[in-house]
Amino acid sequence: MSKIVRTVANQLMAFVLVFGLYVIMHGHVTPGGGFQGGAIIASGVVMLIVAFGSGQIKKFLRERRLSLVESSGALLFILVAFAGIGTVFFYNFLVGSRIFGGIPPTGSNPGDVWTGGVIPLMNLAVGLKVTAGLSAAVLALALFSSGEEMEE
Amino acid sequence: MRQFFAWLLLIVLMVFLVIGGFEMVHPFGEPPSTMDQYIIDNAQEEAGSNNVVGAVVFDYRGFDTLGEATVLFAAVMGVLLVLRASEKKEET
Amino acid sequence: MTETLIGNFPFVAAVVLMGIALYILIFRRNLLKIVMGITILSSSVNLFLVTLGYRAGGIAPIYTDAPEGPMVLPVVQALTLTNIVIAVATSALILSLVIRIYRHTGSLDSKKSRRMKG
Repeated sequence: MSKIVRTVANQLMAFVLVFGLYVIMHGHVTPGGGFQGGAIIASGVVMLIVAFGSGQIKKFLRERRLSLVESSGALLFILVAFAGIGTVFFYNFLVGSRIFGGIPPTGSNPGDVWTGGVIPLMNLAVGLKVTAGLSAAVLALALFSSGEEMEE
Repeated sequence: MRQFFAWLLLIVLMVFLVIGGFEMVHPFGEPPSTMDQYIIDNAQEEAGSNNVVGAVVFDYRGFDTLGEATVLFAAVMGVLLVLRASEKKEET
Repeated sequence: MTETLIGNFPFVAAVVLMGIALYILIFRRNLLKIVMGITILSSSVNLFLVTLGYRAGGIAPIYTDAPEGPMVLPVVQALTLTNIVIAVATSALILSLVIRIYRHTGSLDSKKSRRMKG
């Protein structure tokens, strides 16, 4: 693509990243969450693939790094689910404690980020997993059409 | 002949579904909701979050989210497996 | 009778979408059109699920700066979220299989790829 498209895509990726992380981490206050934020960052990666061509992006997003991020997201999700095994699987053991442990007042209120218990950690784990998974799938589709393969 | 039977099946199925859509069990706008009313009233104390849908997805029904993460993982692995460049086959 | 006819219109809209998707799946032979039919089918099911949980005059089930009014059912929206993610993953897998079939047989007609060997 031309020089203007490449420069604008470079500059826009920073904003897409910040907006996606905002949607992921405020999943317990506003509409959004892990799945939606992951899809936003994956669409930013698709914009980079369209602007630069899949041959240049494949040197940066190798298969091992994407697989590492996706697997660590899934493992973090399962570890947080097992950490409350004293009562029940998936128990919300952080409500009322010091990390993320506020309780919002009943009824309509301006939201507070330091509430929610286990839910922000699970949002982060699912966000990592969805980002890496969708980026890997789109990169594999783009590379196969031009006859190459994903690098190790 | 096969076309005639396919059209007959489709028309019978669609008439059945449209009549079922008009005569639903509860009217549009008044769902019977005991479980959801409990979740709406108690989600702020028990889960501690303002977003009730997020609390349902990750706290009250977290097991379904685990199953969905597994399906996403399996589908992405399937795409990466199918789209590998094939090796040269030998002509026998 | 006219009340149920006009009042239940959103359910009938979801059923009409499902009818269009079933027509595509039975009568069309192009592989890409079949993939589109599968996507329309899952969209109709998502629309039906969200319509099931509507309360008349309701607001979104979020407590941050919420206006007055009864809240819409949240469990049905959680099921729809899961369904959308699974539909995206499934359609990615189906499209990769279509690419492989096109490279192998050279055409997008589903009647040309009925043999199971080779």
